[in-house]
Amino acid sequence: MAKETNFLTEFPTLPVELIRAFKKTTDASYKAFSREYGDYIESFFNPLLKFLVFWEKLLVSTPWPVIIGIVCAFAFYGTRSYKIVIGIIISFFFVGYMGMWGDMMESMGFIIVATIMAIAFGIPLGIWMAKSNRAQAIITPILDFMQTLPPFVYLIPVVMLLGIGKIPGLISVIVYAIPPMIRLTNLGIREVDHEILEAADSFGATPWQKLTQVQFPLALPTIFAGVNQTIMMALAMVIIASMIGVKGLGQEVLRAITNQYFTLGMLNGLAIVILAIVFDRISQAYGKRIQKHRSGDAI
Amino acid sequence: MLSNKIEIKNLYKIFGPNPSSLIEKVNNGVGKDELLEEYRHVLGLNKINLNIADHSLQVIMGLSGSGKSTLIRHINRLIEPTSGEMIVDGQDVLRLSQKELLEFRKNKTAMVFQKFALLPHKTVLENVSFGLFIKQVDQGEAEKKSMHWIDRVGLLGYEHRYPQQLSGGMQQRVGLARALANDPDILLMDEAFSALDPLIRKDMQDILLELQLELKKTVVFITHDLDEALKLGDSIAILKDGSMDQEGNAVDILLDPKTEYVKKFVEDVNRSRVLKAKNIMQDSSKISKELLAGQTMKVKSEDVIEKFIDKVVIEKPNLLEVTDKNGLSIGYLTSERLSQILKK
Repeated sequence: MAKETNFLTEFPTLPVELIRAFKKTTDASYKAFSREYGDYIESFFNPLLKFLVFWEKLLVSTPWPVIIGIVCAFAFYGTRSYKIVIGIIISFFFVGYMGMWGDMMESMGFIIVATIMAIAFGIPLGIWMAKSNRAQAIITPILDFMQTLPPFVYLIPVVMLLGIGKIPGLISVIVYAIPPMIRLTNLGIREVDHEILEAADSFGATPWQKLTQVQFPLALPTIFAGVNQTIMMALAMVIIASMIGVKGLGQEVLRAITNQYFTLGMLNGLAIVILAIVFDRISQAYGKRIQKHRSGDAI
Repeated sequence: MLSNKIEIKNLYKIFGPNPSSLIEKVNNGVGKDELLEEYRHVLGLNKINLNIADHSLQVIMGLSGSGKSTLIRHINRLIEPTSGEMIVDGQDVLRLSQKELLEFRKNKTAMVFQKFALLPHKTVLENVSFGLFIKQVDQGEAEKKSMHWIDRVGLLGYEHRYPQQLSGGMQQRVGLARALANDPDILLMDEAFSALDPLIRKDMQDILLELQLELKKTVVFITHDLDEALKLGDSIAILKDGSMDQEGNAVDILLDPKTEYVKKFVEDVNRSRVLKAKNIMQDSSKISKELLAGQTMKVKSEDVIEKFIDKVVIEKPNLLEVTDKNGLSIGYLTSERLSQILKK
């Protein structure tokens, strides 16, 4: 009787030794793999590191008035709104006065590189997914997995393989931020009106002509929503990535947490919010501009 | 006799996972409903045979679900048939390789769609030159050709607008110009005017007839509207549940409907608006001598009955003399026959 109660209240498990052995062997073989190939993999990612360092240096060494000018020009071209431009100037000055300019530039460079990489991999994957139902069936669960797995968990293998530093940070940010890019590219292309595709077919368009002339341009507003999502997710991941050595605003937030510096944390958090709003407004404005000819307004 | 541009031979289309196994069943008389009920397959087209003469305007008519849109998509093979042949200029389109098929679509056919299917991100000019772009025609030349057709459909001045900035009628003019800019032999029009308001629809029909008078393309025109079919078609094919119900010119179909389905269609047509004097006139040999000797009233061969019926009512002639555009007599029409035709 007592035995049966045990059976129902305690879940039957594998023997503890077996589980321990399983964990040990997996970890050991992964460690062995990382010892064996870690250097190769690191050198494989070297160009990416150079690219990242280039952007960070560029942003940090460019005089601040130039940076503000460029960001404002982008914002104005996208939104045609003076309010947003003035808002950007005020908030960037705030960040600068509070001594966070350098950190913000470092974070900005990091976000830009992560976004570029996410677009460079996400769009082709999204297109492949849209063209092939089999690809969609394979990629969708992987994306689900990537999006639900807590970010801290996939920091572990990346760090084991590449150690602490910019590149593992960047990779984990890209992995975290790329799913919406892939999903929305796929969705945008699949949503293109069937009759318009038929029209392209009826004129004898090749698959490549259909993609470049019809599907991709018509999917662009949706793809841009993906870019926007990707940027926002990369910003959210910047703080977590600072735990494995990514510098910038996130690192300051981390320092604030460990030392209980409330004001430092708030200020740096605020700077991240400012960066997020600026990126969000600009990328959304460009997405809307692309759609403008569909609304029937005069241009 | 005109030669055939398109010959459709024993064309079948069955939708479903295993269509070819069911052709024999369909051949043995299994109908659309039974096929769906028992075999879970949809009968799209059932043994279609149709010859379309060169330079003619062929209307294919039927209610929704009759298979007319499926049939037109077989001509440029947007849909693969289950079996059969689609001979265009002596060549079976269904046997073309993928590459040959693209060439065929680029050069032989162009299609106009019910919902226009314009590219919303391209201007009118870019839309019209889309076919030429696909053919990789030199840009300057493509623009020149496109502007010509934009002008012909009456859209000059709108070439830099986007489709969404135009009304439905104007959008379909763009669709028509896009098809014509490709200079195809065969123009495929899938319910091209069905989405337009009645007045604009009439305009577009007139534009099409006017262009056709000059261009003499082979036009395949799909519609569910009998009035439109009678107005446009040199010949009309009526589809029902994927099968050919009746085929012939407007007068045949109007005066001699072969099946109940066609009769129902024809019932509500205002004959006096559709039938022209030349359609219903008879040879002088069929008219009695006394009538021929008596007084006649002259009517033009191209006039529809509605145009001269008032005068007939007032003058009450016993015999109408049908004259061609040079005023020469080409046939006769007794008032008895006229009243019979109008009574149905």
